[in-house]
Amino acid sequence: MKILVPLKRVPDPDTKIRLKADGSGIDADGVKFSINPFDAIALEEALQQRDQIGAVEILVVSIGPADCQEQLRAGMAMGADRALLVRHDAELDSLAIAKILEAIYRREQPDLVLMGKQAIDDDSNQAGQMLAALLGIGQATFISKLGLGGGENPSKATCCRETDAGLETIEVTLPAILTADLRLNEPRYVTALGIMKAKKKPLEETTAGELGVDPAPRTRVLKLAAAPGRKAGVRVKTVDELIQKLRDEARVI
Amino acid sequence: MNSPNPQNVLVIAEHDEGQLKLTTLAAVACAKQICADTGGSFDILILGESIGPVAEALQDYGAADLLVGDHAALKHPLADKYAQVIAEQAKARGATMLLATASTFSKDILPRVAALLDAGMLGDVTAVAPEGDDFTFHRVMYAGNVIATVTLAGPVKVFTVRAAAFSAPEKAGAGSPIVSVEVGPESLPHQMEFVSREERPAGRPDSTEARIVVSGGRAFKNAEDFEKLVGGLADVLGGAVGSSRALVDSGITPNSLQIGQTGKVVAPELYLGLGISGAIQHLAGIKDAKIVAAVNQDPEAPIFEVADYGLVGDVYQVVPELIQKLKKA
Ligand SMILES: Cc1cc2nc3c(=O)[nH]c(=O)nc-3n(C[C@H](O)[C@H](O)[C@H](O)COP(=O)(O)OP(=O)(O)OC[C@H]3O[C@@H](n4cnc5c(N)ncnc54)[C@H](O)[C@@H]3O)c2cc1C
Ligand SMILES: Nc1ncnc2c1ncn2[C@@H]1O[C@H](COP(=O)(O)O)[C@@H](O)[C@H]1O
Repeated sequence: MKILVPLKRVPDPDTKIRLKADGSGIDADGVKFSINPFDAIALEEALQQRDQIGAVEILVVSIGPADCQEQLRAGMAMGADRALLVRHDAELDSLAIAKILEAIYRREQPDLVLMGKQAIDDDSNQAGQMLAALLGIGQATFISKLGLGGGENPSKATCCRETDAGLETIEVTLPAILTADLRLNEPRYVTALGIMKAKKKPLEETTAGELGVDPAPRTRVLKLAAAPGRKAGVRVKTVDELIQKLRDEARVI
Repeated sequence: MNSPNPQNVLVIAEHDEGQLKLTTLAAVACAKQICADTGGSFDILILGESIGPVAEALQDYGAADLLVGDHAALKHPLADKYAQVIAEQAKARGATMLLATASTFSKDILPRVAALLDAGMLGDVTAVAPEGDDFTFHRVMYAGNVIATVTLAGPVKVFTVRAAAFSAPEKAGAGSPIVSVEVGPESLPHQMEFVSREERPAGRPDSTEARIVVSGGRAFKNAEDFEKLVGGLADVLGGAVGSSRALVDSGITPNSLQIGQTGKVVAPELYLGLGISGAIQHLAGIKDAKIVAAVNQDPEAPIFEVADYGLVGDVYQVVPELIQKLKKA
């Protein structure tokens, strides 16, 4: 079995985002980058499935500038077998990412793609669904539990999905695209031994052009601005005062 | 100055087993606004089984047609089937814009439709404006901290809108005609199958639709306390309940209650945060609330920096007192 796991390099969720003065992008100065948290969860799931099933090859892929090697090495330190970097220095959108992943999928023929439900920088939540459409295969998005075939149904994945209405279980025929939600698992820490081993694992490089994909994005970001923040209001001392404010001043109860 | 061509807009309605999700009206409002700006018209597409009541509820909002695909094969919103039907309708109708209100339903299905149409897509749009002969969109990124101004190239634009950003439209006279959409089950993909769905706790409104949301965090030690205090206060106020991720993770609340970057985005008139620290990922879900009130025993808790009214105190004392005093009033 082969599992493909895309890893996006994003600003660490704990760093505070600052914008460049002209609004042309974020100020990357001093920003720590990491694997998109949802992608780390997707990779962890692939690793746990391997622990259960045995013979599973895990390939991690990142699309972006040379720096993405850091995240690919980190992914291999967690336990992925090999890595592929699609070098691309310009901005891409989810459709372009999906087209590049489609080309990789056709070359690698994995049984499963496990990816994050969304990248926490653009918060798009699209690439997985788009990839499934381009390939004409099934998808299970926002999953919090994965049961892979085995026994009765080796060619199906049973997925528990987190939806607005609550948990939903669906069965999807493999190969399929699965996107991870936060509660699927807790990604392992990278160990020193893992980092050592990762150094010897293969990291291949290619480009969208070599894959035969035109990655011209449809979406173009003209400007970024800080969202208007809320301001701190007043402190009240007692429950009575809180009720009075909500009733008479804010008129919301 | 030139202006965009008249638009042919297709709105995808969302419902919960035959019950219209009111948040759909935000997408309708956005479609109306676009048509008012540029000329053109909009249709609403409703898919499912036994969805007559949904069509009825949407009849008076000025749609050119209500496209209704009522078929057993569409009973559950499975992305492979829904995306195919939606993409076919978009083509048949010559849609230049396709939109829905942001939710797990639309986020699951619309990107798939966009890719089938080779179209770009934007999620969580908060504003659409004509600019020259095209449109610019505002959407939120980075856990709600950044607003991007974006354009979308190509003949079809697909997007989801934030419910809070567009207020429900007025009803507009004459009922829209219902046009039935032929669904050929043999031609639908069947790579996905519905197995089951967890029963939702009945009785309380959904936090995305409620006027008041009472939300609890890690301060609550177990499900009974949460139900008694957060649920109890919500009931007295006629509101919905919500929770932080911390409580969902520890199994005290179900995931459908989670509010935040990876949960629901709510925009009630009053959001009452109880024993919630106010991590940016949580705040991402409450930015559009009209009034935020917070109770936390830590005077330094970040939630106080965004709260209109803050009360420093122990939720185990404050909440019973609130319930008791509001009941009496
Ligand atoms: C990628 C990512 C996405 C995330 N998405 C979300 C999301 O969508 N939603 C979300 O909520 N979180 C999300 N988180 C998690 C978030 O970072 C916080 O960990 C979480 O919101 C904390 O929940 P909390 O405020 O309940 O708990 P804590 O941070 O532990 O805060 C508990 C608060 O309760 C107060 N308290 C304790 N006891 C009492 C008492 N008796 N009376 C009064 N006050 C008391 C404490 O002072 C403290 O302020 C995400 C994290 C990541 C990395
Ligand atoms: N540049 C990238 N490199 C690798 N994977 C990516 C990239 N961008 C997006 N992805 C994958 O697609 C998922 C959804 O991304 P998005 O549609 O941008 O929210 C992410 O969680 C990743 O798994």
